Formats: sequence, structure tokens, C-alpha cells
Amino acid sequence: MITVSNLSFGYTAAAAIRFPDIDVKPGEHCLLLGESGSGKTTLLHLMGGLLRGYSGSITLDNTELSGLSETALDRFRGRHVGFVFQKNHLISALSVRKNLAMSPYLAGLAVEQQRIDEVLTTLGLEGKADHKVTELSHGQAQRVAIARAVLNKPSIIFADEPTSALDDTNCDRVIRLLIEAAAQNNATLIVATHDQRLKSKIARQIILGHRTA
Amino acid sequence: MNLITLVWNYLKARPLNTAINIVLLALGIAVITILLLFNRQLEEKITDNARGIDLVVGAKGSPLQLILCNIFHIDFPTGNIKLAEAERIARNRMVKKAIPLALGDSYQAYRIVGTSHAYAEQYKARLAQGGWWKKDLDVTIGANVARLANLKTGDTFSSAHGLTDGGHEHDAHKFVVSGIMAPTNSVVDNLILTSIESVWLMHEEHGEEEEHHEDEHHDHEHAAPHKPSPLVPSIEAGDSVKEVTSVLIQYRSPMGAIQLPRMVNSQSSLQAASPAFETARLFSILGVGVDIVMGFAYVLIVISGLSIFIALYNSLKERRYDMAIMRSMGASRVKLLVSILLEGGLLTLLGSVLGLALGHGVLMLLAGMVEETQKAGITGMVFYTQEWIILAGSLFLGLLCALIPAVQAYRTDISRVLAGN
Repeated sequence: MITVSNLSFGYTAAAAIRFPDIDVKPGEHCLLLGESGSGKTTLLHLMGGLLRGYSGSITLDNTELSGLSETALDRFRGRHVGFVFQKNHLISALSVRKNLAMSPYLAGLAVEQQRIDEVLTTLGLEGKADHKVTELSHGQAQRVAIARAVLNKPSIIFADEPTSALDDTNCDRVIRLLIEAAAQNNATLIVATHDQRLKSKIARQIILGHRTA
Repeated sequence: MNLITLVWNYLKARPLNTAINIVLLALGIAVITILLLFNRQLEEKITDNARGIDLVVGAKGSPLQLILCNIFHIDFPTGNIKLAEAERIARNRMVKKAIPLALGDSYQAYRIVGTSHAYAEQYKARLAQGGWWKKDLDVTIGANVARLANLKTGDTFSSAHGLTDGGHEHDAHKFVVSGIMAPTNSVVDNLILTSIESVWLMHEEHGEEEEHHEDEHHDHEHAAPHKPSPLVPSIEAGDSVKEVTSVLIQYRSPMGAIQLPRMVNSQSSLQAASPAFETARLFSILGVGVDIVMGFAYVLIVISGLSIFIALYNSLKERRYDMAIMRSMGASRVKLLVSILLEGGLLTLLGSVLGLALGHGVLMLLAGMVEETQKAGITGMVFYTQEWIILAGSLFLGLLCALIPAVQAYRTDISRVLAGN
């Protein structure tokens, strides 16, 4: 599903970070652990196709990312990858339903209202579809963000520090929801975090070392 | 879900900001629209009214006044000229058509024009009801006069001296409405036409009271004179007493334009004025005022453009994350660029459509409320092709204002924004 080999990235050659080789099978979940500044987010962005210009190789779903043009990469990302970030980053001008509809629309897929309702229901958000996102609680907003990430049935879900700002109860709940949502959609879940509480939730763990400058 | 929905929701999310941008642009566009409609219609009316009249010959004075008085009927006469002198001009071989005018009275501020039937023909006036004036004191009235002064065929009224309401009334004789003309969309709509003899009759009375001229009664005896005047057939040619206000001249050939004015102006008591030249002069005087208002409208539009630019630029800062998230969901750079351009375009489109509607609305309101605009025949219901230019221009302005923010959106560095630094 994901294969990373010989990967290094840097804005200048001197500040380049080398990443360990990674191989994740379909449906397998994986934790990227490391202190802040260890390059977790960079690695996540590289694997998610948000950051280009690396050396080495990243293949997702048998596609080498560096071989795609900018537009093709955008398209690939929209259809195969879902993201959940620490902050929810919902579009506040839009209702919950329209926020979710953006996902298939931007990926160039048909918008199916039925699918939106289905995902909202599995995440316990039925009845919230036509609310403004500003009316939601933090927890609800986070679930909308998860709904948005899984809506297009992506094969990989990347989550960047999804729990670090949450208390224990909510942390538990969010990681459970993420794992459930990934399982329902047969997706691989990659979580980058420094949150030690997650260590017990996902068995496969990759620990990134300190940056070698 | 599409870009229009997205952009529309963004605009709706900031209602005050959106409203001020739209209103600001709409005001500028409305002023330009009003000026355009007003100016164009005024110019059309003026050229229409002066069409076919090459020269106005009247008493010495201001040439502009001569035109305003005898073509547009919005000013006072410069004085009278002797009928005999007018005949001499009318008989000139360069003159194709000469129409005499005798002015002086009005009814409810609608001017009574003593003239020949050729005047009505000149403006292609047709009758809506009744007939043309035949006897003394018969009048045929314009469509606006009938409507606004509430006159019907068979009604009688006494005229007042001068051009304004409430002048000295000539009570001794009453005019009789013999017919009403169909609307011509020209100055004739606001006129009361009658024979020159009627106007003389009205003022003889006047003259007798004041100056005791008693020997003029034979002048409008209707026995055919030996050699009728070319201007007023009931009068002997060369009559030394009768006066008219002016003569409207149409040239036989362009040569007339060169020779006739000079010939007329060389006579001590007469003056010739060209409607084309004088109206052009009038427009160049009015033009300064129009230019200033127009300039003001452009300033408004530039400010609204700036305001739209600032609004987009600022909202883009707030929407950096939105942009990055949309990219992460598969939006291409071009899609973001287009969405911002669309936002600017939609704002200015709404603003200019509102502005055009406002401009037409104000003129319609004006035409409904102010009698003078109705008299001038100005309405808000005409549309000119220039309005498309206004629409296209403001759309272009919107795209221009959105260009820098749009390029910024295009350049959004997703990874850096999402990583939070």
C-alpha cells in the first residue's frame, strides 16, 4: 500500500532529513512517533502528496508520487487519500453537508447525498447535516473532519496529531472512531503523533529520530 | 456543489462586507447610467427637434437664446422682426422652406405658437382627434399639453402673457381646442399651435389698450389680398406693420449655409443662428458639469474596486487554511485561482446589475414625479448598447481586483500552511 525507500527531503541539501524505509500493507495501521521537529509532519505531507521535491521513492497504491504532475497529484490525492489534521479546518462559510460535499466535488467525483448521510450517521452526526460548522462543538467538528476524510472511500487516511489537544476521554473516542472509520472503508490509517497515549491503540509503530543537521 | 455555490457561500458569510462592496460599485454605476441615459436622450431630443431646420432668423440678441426660444421653446423671444423683412429672407432663392413663428403667450406654461401648418408637418405631427386650426382662435394642442393640462377638443381657455404660469391674462378672447395631436416625441408635444393671425388678434387687443392703434383692423380681413405674403397668406405682401418673432429656414442647397447667415446678419435688425452650431456650443458648456459628475462616478468606482481588492486580500488571509484544505482534498491550483476570480467577478457583476437597475429606476421615478422630465420626453425605459460596455467593464474591474489575491491563492504552499508555520 505504502512503500517508502531511500527518502530524504530538505529545502537545502545541508538541512535535508533522511527518513527510514517504510512498507505498510493494505488495511494495516501504523503510528509515526517522534518529538516535535523530528519530521513527522514532513513525512506525512510527503507521503500524502502535499509536499513535493523529495529524493528517493514514495509509492502509494502502486503509484510513484514523483512521477505525477502537479494536477495529476491533486487528483490522485483527492481520490485515494484522506486527511485529518490537529485543527479541524472546516470551511466556516459552509454548512456541514456542503463541507462534506466539497470532498467529492474537489476530487472530481459525483456528490452523493446518500453517502454523506450514511457517513454522518456512522459518526453519530445524524441531524447535524444542515447546521453551520460554527454551531458545532469541538468534538462534533472533529467528527465532521473525520467524516470528510473518509467520504471518498480513500485507501489511505493520514492523521496529523489528531488527539494531542484532547483530554483522555476524547482522545480515546477520536482514535477509536478513526480506526473504525478506516476499517469500514478498508483504508490504511497512518497517524503521526507525539501523543504517548496512542501507543497502546496501534501496534505497528515507526519512531523517527532527531533531526541530523 | 460547485464553485459558484462555494463563492456565493463565502460572500454570504460576510454579508456587511459584501453589501458595502456591492452598494459602493452600484452607486458609481448608477450615476454613470443616469448620466448616459439623460445625456443621450437629451442629445437625441435636441437633434430631433432641430432636424430639418438649418437656420433661425429673428431679432438681434443672443444667438443661443434665439435657438432656445424658437426651436426648443424654453426661452423668451429676443424681440420681433417686421414681417416684410422676414418675407425678403423667405423669398431668397437659397431658401427651400420658411416657416414663420409668432410667440408671446402661453397657457399653464405651455407655449402658444402662432405658425403655419408647415410647422406641424416639419415635425411629422399627426392628429389624434379633432382637426387642425382653421379659424382665428382655433388651436391644435400637443399630446403632453392635452394630458398634463387636461384639455379636450372643444375646451376653451384664455392665454397668459409670457412663458410662465400666472402672467397677465388676455381675458378678452378665448382659444378653442379644435384638435389634439398624437405624440411625436418632439417639442411639438408641449406646444399649443395656432395661426399667426390668432396671436396677432390676441395682442392687438393689448396694443389698442396701451397704444391706441386703431387703424389695424383691416389687416386680418379675410378677403384675399392682391399679392399674398409668402409667410402669412392672409396678409398683403410687404405689410409694413405686422411683426413675427422668427422664421425657421431650410436651405435649398448647402450653399445656403455659406451665404445666407452672412446676408441676414449684415442687416441691422436681423440675426441668423444655426441650431446645429448653437446646440453644439450649449453641449460644450453643459459638458463641463457632466464631466465633473462623471469624474466623481469614476472615483466611486475606483474606490469600490479598491474596496473589493482589500476585502478579497484580507479574506484570503483568513482563508489560507481553507485553501490548503481544499488543495488537500484534490482541488487544483487553477481551481482556487478561478474561485477567487469568480468571487471578484460575481461581486462586481452584482454591483453593476444593481447599479444599472438603480440608474433606470431613478430616471423612471424622476419621469413619474417631475413634470419637466416628462415634457422633455426623458424616460428610464430605454436601454443603450453602452450599458453592455458598463457591464463588461465592471466585470473586468472585478477580475482585475481579484487578480493579485487569486495569484496568491494559486501559490498557496499547502504543506507549510497545514504544518502551521
